[in-house]
Amino acid sequence: MPQSILTLQNIHKSFDGATVLDGISLSVEAGQFVTLLGPSGCGKTTTLRIIAGLEQPDEGAVILGGADVTRLPPEKRAVNTVFQNYALFPHMNVHRNIAYSLRLRREKKDVIDKRVEELLSIVQLEGYGRRMPAQLSGGQRQRVAIARALACDPQLLLLDEPLGALDLQLRRQMQVELKALQQKLGITFIYITHDQEEALNMSDLIAVMNGGRFEQIGSPEDIYERPATRFAAQFIGQSNILEGTVKQAMEGRAQVELCPGNFVTVNGDFAPGERIALSVRAERIDYGNAAQYGFHLTGAIKLHSYIGGVLRTTITLPTGQELLITGANPVSTYPAGCTVQVFWDPAVAAVVERGRAQGAR
Amino acid sequence: MLGKPNAAKGGKKRVISPTVWPLYIWTALFVALPLVYVVTISFLKKDEIWGVTNQFTLGNYLSLFDPVYLKVFGQSFLVAVSTTALTLLIGYPFAYFTAKFSPAVRSFIILLLMAPFWVNSLLRLNGWIILLKANGPVNELLMRLGLAQEPLKLLYNGGAMMLGMVYALLPFMITSIYNSVEKLDWSVIEAARDLGASPAKAFFTVTVPLTVPGIVAGCVLVFVPSMGLFFISDLLGGAKSLLLGNLIKNELMQARNWPMGATLSIAMLLFTFAFIGIYKRVTGEKTLGGIK
Amino acid sequence: MMKKNSWRSRLFVALVLLFNYLPIFIVVLYSFNASKYGNWAGLSLQWYEKLMGNAQILRSLKNSLLLAFSSCALSILIGTAGAVGMARSHFRTQNLLENVSMIPMMLPEIILGMAYLSFFSILKVSFGMVTLIIAHVTFCIPYIFINVQSRLAGLDPAYVEAARDLGASPTRAFWDVTLPLISPAITSGALLAFAMSMDDVVISFFVTGTTSNTLPLQVYSMLKMGVTPEVNALCTLMLLAVFAALGLYALLRRVLRKRA
Repeated sequence: MPQSILTLQNIHKSFDGATVLDGISLSVEAGQFVTLLGPSGCGKTTTLRIIAGLEQPDEGAVILGGADVTRLPPEKRAVNTVFQNYALFPHMNVHRNIAYSLRLRREKKDVIDKRVEELLSIVQLEGYGRRMPAQLSGGQRQRVAIARALACDPQLLLLDEPLGALDLQLRRQMQVELKALQQKLGITFIYITHDQEEALNMSDLIAVMNGGRFEQIGSPEDIYERPATRFAAQFIGQSNILEGTVKQAMEGRAQVELCPGNFVTVNGDFAPGERIALSVRAERIDYGNAAQYGFHLTGAIKLHSYIGGVLRTTITLPTGQELLITGANPVSTYPAGCTVQVFWDPAVAAVVERGRAQGAR
Repeated sequence: MLGKPNAAKGGKKRVISPTVWPLYIWTALFVALPLVYVVTISFLKKDEIWGVTNQFTLGNYLSLFDPVYLKVFGQSFLVAVSTTALTLLIGYPFAYFTAKFSPAVRSFIILLLMAPFWVNSLLRLNGWIILLKANGPVNELLMRLGLAQEPLKLLYNGGAMMLGMVYALLPFMITSIYNSVEKLDWSVIEAARDLGASPAKAFFTVTVPLTVPGIVAGCVLVFVPSMGLFFISDLLGGAKSLLLGNLIKNELMQARNWPMGATLSIAMLLFTFAFIGIYKRVTGEKTLGGIK
Repeated sequence: MMKKNSWRSRLFVALVLLFNYLPIFIVVLYSFNASKYGNWAGLSLQWYEKLMGNAQILRSLKNSLLLAFSSCALSILIGTAGAVGMARSHFRTQNLLENVSMIPMMLPEIILGMAYLSFFSILKVSFGMVTLIIAHVTFCIPYIFINVQSRLAGLDPAYVEAARDLGASPTRAFWDVTLPLISPAITSGALLAFAMSMDDVVISFFVTGTTSNTLPLQVYSMLKMGVTPEVNALCTLMLLAVFAALGLYALLRRVLRKRA
């Protein structure tokens, strides 16, 4: 059984009466790359600061390597942080920045020099030791910040949107490098981002945050393919949310009516009359002359637009709702205005809400 | 909540960092207390030789309306206002033009302006005394040019005093305004021109309003000390030009009338506060931001 | 287009600078004047000789330097500690304290002078170096405080947090990160405070004792008495010192920048 290196237990935090974290719990295994993914203001930075010890939770506990560190100041925690704007000390050169934590530990000079050289080579900045932070590019600063945070071999590395300030090209490149670095060093990373691509690309575990709570915690595949909540479905990828009432329930399968005469098939056990909301990824929806999987859903093609690589099709359903569909084929055999049958494999749709309440949106 | 030292739920807890104490104590002892004492003695009678008695009186305040004092007040006010106006007239264009130079030239000009500051102002004022003396270079020049038959009396009059005042206080006005003008977003002025304003119109409707904080800060920084710089009127203005500062100095050092000195100081203080109040009202700023 | 100065505005700037320097040029020139009186009578170095022999001036210069250095040092300590502490504190009288401690900067100097004269007299404090230092520290503190405070306000808290995160105690983080980052503000505040202290006539006039004449007071009494060409020599030397210091500073900065 892998050991949990970090556990957050029911953390609550509010600032000036506004709740920022509303009871979050999380368990991280050693060596994992964990991403906190959410829109700005969802509480992900506060979570990170609580782990680092830069904020104190109002309630709850932070367990690090088996010990309760909730009230421990940041300097006493074996956790280091790569800050959002790197926070490189502007009055120290790269070498002194990286050596800072080693100096605090009163390491010998030659030990420090050796370690700094090693770290510089890990982040591929050999020979940059004498530069000042102001003389570095954004990407270089980011590497220095990582090297500085790694200097003392932390159990846990916290990264607060470290790629946010970089341009797209560099960001993609750094994603790969960061992931490779994490695998090479075997250190647990807790990574904050609002960028779903980054999260899916790098993480072992993603915690989707919204309004101070975790909406869903799971592997990238889980999060993408089986979103647990409406928010998780909509925040990541291009999702269509459809609501309907269960008309016919069978063993492991149900017919759900979206509007009179229009049914879709859903996998799972349901009771007739139940209201459910489904999430279907845009690229999983198919359409044609004939329905499959027992579907009976008619729609009118409103618009095709080619957005490079994929064709995006908008179909208007009888309910008035518009479905967004992406297909790999750059041309569609059905021009705008056509009426088509819409369907998908019931296995790819995720139920994100269910309940008896009528008319819940 | 026991055992949770930092569990303040965002509320503002009372925290006094220990390093505030020296400032706190110093301010209480050497700013607040002396000023309170000044207020107190302004309500007391003067003692025969020096110092004060314990008798309460409003007489000092009534004496403010003595024509002799009123005249000095008026004079002092007039000098302060004219000094302020003159420094503004010279300082604004100077600061404005300076801000239009390239950054390197700009900081060089400001450096040139401020460098003499580190040399005692009295030593510099001496330069004017030499220049304006009866046998000084100015008179000599005037006579050589045939503009004067005999040495003119350029020193020890109101004009010389004003010159000294403007000279001593101009840098304060310039730096205040410069700080404001430097922050100016020039594209706003270009926008005004683009919308059809003439250069002059753009200047008065956009530039000036945007630099009002600097103007007002400069005016406060010039007006306030100009009532009290007794040494300038002593050295350049001669005995005839009395400023409020001279009056207070004389009450304290010659007449030994502390209560009257205190009362005059408080009158001056009220003047000052009124001015700073206007500053805060106009700019909405908490501090005198123009001060370097 | 907008950011160009016409020749007229350039001339104006030059003239104002000339106005600023005219009396200084004159003083420098007359410090080499052979004549004791206003007229020009050829070159001479006699006033420098006389200056070097004038014990009163030299003593007052020593007094002034001692006064300026010690009041600068004390006000740096009090003002910086105060500004740093204020940034970390919340208390009810905080605003009041801040405003009252800034009063000396906004007050006409003469009021502070008169306040000290009466206050120290009633407390029977003898006038001299101690009273001078107290007075000077009081009006120097605001210059340091304001500078440091505004620098602190503009300082990204992440620097200190990063230091803490890397293992520094709050005190250590202050010495390693905060202090170096606010030191330019302390320096510029201190330079201004030093100039103010060296220049102060009004407040010193009221709180000085018989043995502690400062340079400005000495010059003031000499000027009031009349012709004093030594003063010109002194002014020239001080000017030289200032420009030498400025040059040194510029050089130092260039060297440091190159090394970085």
